[in-house]
Amino acid sequence: MTRRLMEGAEAIAQAMVSAGCRFFAGYPMTPFTEVLEGMARLLPKVGGVCINAESELEAVGMAWGAAAGGVRAATGSVGQGLSLMQESLSEACYARVPLVVLNMARGQGDYFQATRGGGHGDYRHIVLAPSDINEAIRVVQLAFHLADEWRNPVTVLGDYYLAHVQEAVDPGPVDFGPLPAKDWALDGSSSGSGRARAVSPLRSDGAERSYGEHLARMGDRVKAMQAGVEPIVETGHTDGAELVVVAYGTPGRYVRYVVSRMRAAGVPVGFVRPVTLWPFPYDAIAAAARDALAIAVYELNTGQMYDDVRLAVRTVPVSFIGGISFDNSGFGIAPDLGVNALTGRIARALDEARRETA
Amino acid sequence: MTQLPIVPTDRPPERPSHLLDDFKPTLMNPGAHQLCPGCGEPVAVRALTEAIDGLGLTQRTMCVIGIGCYTAFSSAVDIEMLQALHGRAPSLATGLKRVQPDGIVFTLQGDGDMVNEGLQEVIHAAARAERITCVLLNNGVFGETGGHMTATTVIGQRTKNTLDGRDPAAHGYPILISDIIAGIQGSAFVGRGAVNSAGEVARLGRMFHRALELQAAGAGFTFVEVLTMCPTGWFVDVAEGPGYLKDHLSPVHTIGVLKDVGHGTGA
Repeated sequence: MTRRLMEGAEAIAQAMVSAGCRFFAGYPMTPFTEVLEGMARLLPKVGGVCINAESELEAVGMAWGAAAGGVRAATGSVGQGLSLMQESLSEACYARVPLVVLNMARGQGDYFQATRGGGHGDYRHIVLAPSDINEAIRVVQLAFHLADEWRNPVTVLGDYYLAHVQEAVDPGPVDFGPLPAKDWALDGSSSGSGRARAVSPLRSDGAERSYGEHLARMGDRVKAMQAGVEPIVETGHTDGAELVVVAYGTPGRYVRYVVSRMRAAGVPVGFVRPVTLWPFPYDAIAAAARDALAIAVYELNTGQMYDDVRLAVRTVPVSFIGGISFDNSGFGIAPDLGVNALTGRIARALDEARRETA
Repeated sequence: MTQLPIVPTDRPPERPSHLLDDFKPTLMNPGAHQLCPGCGEPVAVRALTEAIDGLGLTQRTMCVIGIGCYTAFSSAVDIEMLQALHGRAPSLATGLKRVQPDGIVFTLQGDGDMVNEGLQEVIHAAARAERITCVLLNNGVFGETGGHMTATTVIGQRTKNTLDGRDPAAHGYPILISDIIAGIQGSAFVGRGAVNSAGEVARLGRMFHRALELQAAGAGFTFVEVLTMCPTGWFVDVAEGPGYLKDHLSPVHTIGVLKDVGHGTGA
């Protein structure tokens, strides 16, 4: 494929098809709607199925059923719709269903929902948060690979800007290497064999003796994912930086730009931009903080990833320089998200860090 | 008293001997569940698995199972199982069937699961004419929680939260789900059977047979409701279960074929 000017939502839909996704179900809600429109247009052309589900509960159920049938399947919504899907997301982790779920969030209020979940039980899933369309194309395809590799749901956390900005991109397939065959998937062929397959959140492989043992096995899997999934993180200008700013998603893109501009003007600031939000890149952030005076976290909420950064950084103060910023649309278009405002906040945080350590 | 046959031993036997196993269904282990004495669900599941086996569909069949007492069959039936959340089996079955269009997909749900928690799922699946078969095991109570009112509980029925019987003034009226499904254009077959007598079990078997046959032919959404006994949840003796079903449930949830696209309507 060649580069062409595409809206983020369309590029994400195209990237899912490039990844081999052949089943999609969704319920319209801005800014997820345009992804659903894209899948409804693209999937029938490649022999896939896109269903206009009657609710988010049914959307995630349909995708769960399709994934259990061995086909790459996805659903999505915005944070509000993801709230409705939480029961399924939690149990789909226990059922080891390789499901990809998009959260085209409004604003950045859904960090806790994405990384901690609102569902019951002791589950985790991988969370990837791209900050531009090129990265989203790669990350969406990686989500399917990781879902299959770990047999676990993976969510991609986007936002309004990611869905609606246009960039020149190539949404063609990305190869992440071979995967094991889906010998666990259902197709009816093992029925009547005495060893009929099952995909169930209530049991592992039938060899476990109790539900408790199944949950213990699932706990071991969480530990294995935590250790085995290498978090993606971008760092810049951290050498000699007195202040390091941490941000993700579209605000992370603004921070990267503002920090680079300030650095070019001789201001000693750097940035860390986590792409993988679970497992969180604690080590990379701790390393970036080693020689700094302080860390600042910029998010468009009251401070959610802030908690994870404070868990990562024990050596220097961590301040919060973000805040809620919504215009009247309610879609998370942030009036605060501007180069001048951000430059001012970072400069003030640097001044404060210098004063405190003077 | 029945005379035991005398087996001659001076020549090879004319027919093979019968073992107890010869009388067990091929796709289920009837001794593996731990359901209460008098429960109708094992009978219904046996009729269903025998219909699958009889049609030669076994190696194409997948079950999407809900949450209730009957979840015990997820490990006692030799059919591929997709365990759904409470109420959500029709959407999982939809996704599974759409990616395995040559497979035979059925759901197994109770009245609490299908008619209370997930009512819109089964209605939308029927309206979309999904090529699946939804099976409702309807005993009018939440059996697993210990006998509480569901949306299908009949007027006057005593449950743990309708102690003096279901009263329309306080608890409303039962939903006749098969009647609703039959009124939806996407449904191809709707039958309501029961397991309170040998005759009804045989009739139920024919309903399962027809529903699965139509699914295999791609006719549309197929639906079989089974009235089953729950003496524990009804607070009656085991022996009274079949009679209670006949006297209280079947006059409201009337037994018969409500819709068959091949044969018009009416039983």
